[in-house]
Amino acid sequence: MTRDEIRRAVIEGLSNIAPETDPAAIAGHADVRDALDIDSMDFLNFVIRLHEQLRVDIPEADYPKLLTIDGATGYVAGKLGL
Amino acid sequence: MPSLGADMAAGTLVEWLKKPGDAVRRGDTIAVVETQKGAIEIETFEDGILDRPLVEVGAKVPVGTPLAFIRTPGGPPAAPAPAAPAVAAPPPQPVPVAPVPAAPAAPVPPPPGEAIRISPAARRMAAERGVALADLKGSGPGGAVISTDVERAAGARPEAAPAKRHGLDLAEMRKAIAAAMARSKREIPHYYLSHAIEMTAALDWLRAANAARQPPERLLLAVLLLKAVALALEQFPEFNGFYTDGAFHPSEGIHIGTAIAIRGGGLVAPAIRDTDEKTLDQLMTALRDLVARTRAGRLRSSELFEPTITVSSLGERGVESLYGVIYPPQVAIIGFGTPAPRPWAVDGRPEVRSVMNATLSGDHRASDGHRGALLLLEIERLLQHPEAL
Repeated sequence: MTRDEIRRAVIEGLSNIAPETDPAAIAGHADVRDALDIDSMDFLNFVIRLHEQLRVDIPEADYPKLLTIDGATGYVAGKLGL
Repeated sequence: MPSLGADMAAGTLVEWLKKPGDAVRRGDTIAVVETQKGAIEIETFEDGILDRPLVEVGAKVPVGTPLAFIRTPGGPPAAPAPAAPAVAAPPPQPVPVAPVPAAPAAPVPPPPGEAIRISPAARRMAAERGVALADLKGSGPGGAVISTDVERAAGARPEAAPAKRHGLDLAEMRKAIAAAMARSKREIPHYYLSHAIEMTAALDWLRAANAARQPPERLLLAVLLLKAVALALEQFPEFNGFYTDGAFHPSEGIHIGTAIAIRGGGLVAPAIRDTDEKTLDQLMTALRDLVARTRAGRLRSSELFEPTITVSSLGERGVESLYGVIYPPQVAIIGFGTPAPRPWAVDGRPEVRSVMNATLSGDHRASDGHRGALLLLEIERLLQHPEAL
């Protein structure tokens, strides 16, 4: 899996939990909770999706690293050894 | 047509899920009704055989209108008399929300400034099928466009890929909220209490519990709060029930309505049945399901008329305190602010602790501030022992 594919999966995951929004249009460094009005249930669903789709372990303590699209992409890439 | 909230005057039947001759059991969903809170699955209150529907798909009828005849086992064959059991109209007892709202129901005004009158389901279907609204000819009441009109128009073209659209008409939902809250402020003599609760024990317990769980099994703080409120209510029945016909009627079950915000503006507070009897894991499963269905606009009728009290939490991104407006005919709403680090006196010295404000808005016709204060203290006490929740 390439970094671009991970990024696409991250954006798709956000789009899935907030279908009314356009995550591809927000800045890579923007806090997705503010940019997309995501609450803790949405965020947990986003983590569940990344966990199941990309098969990465995501401890709750690491949630702050996943708050931006850039951050989540880098985090997953790191976990996959990219 | 059941009343699905203090604000509901009428509903549009959009789909029958059972056909004449089908066996139905109490709790089965038999029809879908379009309301300001989205498409609601209507559950029956009778066991029996669906004799025949009395309301056609597409018809908008006032609350209290019989939707169908159900032949009950051993009962006489259904006669077209108004006394025959009506599907889905809640029985007068013990369900506290009568089929006809106690307050005069406001007429449902047409959407303002809209050239095309279209039902929310039809609008949704049009969006999904890629049908332009201007192409539609309405055959519903007053020339309104209903689902069958969209189907007809869509039938002429190949089905487009379903577009991701909101299944809710947020302008309609705002009207429903406005009607219910205006009635509340008109009729309910509110009093308000606030209490700061130290949350270190609860948050530490939650962190440790989630560290040992994979994401799908993780819990949110919201379920701890729901369980603490539910257990506390067991000792404070005067906050759990309905004020109807000039008197307070406590509810035997504790069915907490959980306020769920909708992106773009909007709010529904459907019930989690028997909140006090569920484990934290069961509550989490129920809450996840409820949030998903609320945002998709697909709740069940019982979830809307069952809540015996409401809990509203601001969650992680919020402010210190939330003072709720009681949703009639309920008599209380509990609000939780966002937990945040604050100076806190520990053994006579200031320390920084996670603190969350809990508020209670109570109905003075059913309770007083003294008991309300004791209720908040009991919630605080329960949250200091999260392992016991």
